[in-house]
Amino acid sequence: MNIKRRQIIRGGLAAAAAALLPQPLLAAVWPQKAFESKKVADTISSLTGGAAVSEDGRIAIKAPEIAENGAVVPVGVSADMDKVETIAILVDNNPLPLTSSYELQGASSPEVSTRIKMLKTSDVIALVKADGKYYSASKNVKVTIGGCGG
Amino acid sequence: MAKKLKVRTKREDGYTVVKTLITHPMETGLRKGSDGKLVPAHFIKEVVFKAGGKVVFRAHWGTGIAKNPYLSFRFKGGDAGDDLEIAWVDNTGESDTTTVKIK
Repeated sequence: MNIKRRQIIRGGLAAAAAALLPQPLLAAVWPQKAFESKKVADTISSLTGGAAVSEDGRIAIKAPEIAENGAVVPVGVSADMDKVETIAILVDNNPLPLTSSYELQGASSPEVSTRIKMLKTSDVIALVKADGKYYSASKNVKVTIGGCGG
Repeated sequence: MAKKLKVRTKREDGYTVVKTLITHPMETGLRKGSDGKLVPAHFIKEVVFKAGGKVVFRAHWGTGIAKNPYLSFRFKGGDAGDDLEIAWVDNTGESDTTTVKIK
């Protein structure tokens, strides 16, 4: 009986916490379709809504030439552009190419660094939306030990 | 279930640099466990940063982000002592939040 009561209390607390938290989290929609696309072209068209994407040298991708461990590959993307709205980081040869997408609010600098997983040697693609238009850049990263799945 | 959310801030040249480290398995759902069965997907979907009550940065993550995720970015403004609020939520509905003072 005690256990049950505790469970109820715990459940109630969790629900209360959940009610408090998601307010800022639900404001923007997680792009499910883009995250579930298995082909990089589909991912990109899902993110852009089919808009044209031009390659642009103002986007810099910082990643190792050779990543020994595909489970942890440090990647940084910066865009020397005005009015950058979003930055997405994709890996062409991953089972699900879209690793992440970042929404920049007015004050944030057009740059982000994180660590991604890579199944095998692949192009890492940065897709940047600036002033309503889409730009991209890519960089090949060689992977010696893959980092997706067993 | 030790949840960890580490945040470091540093002000430089009118910007606030934010570095975050979250303890999380970031399971893809494609990996097999020692019992040969697939380990269910368990990954953070969203991380939100708020300074002074306003969202300054929002990350949407998929399974391609490495275990124990690291994230850094910077934003203009932010004074010493300002509140920076960080919140994440994963695909199972688990979440965590913390507030730090900008240094």
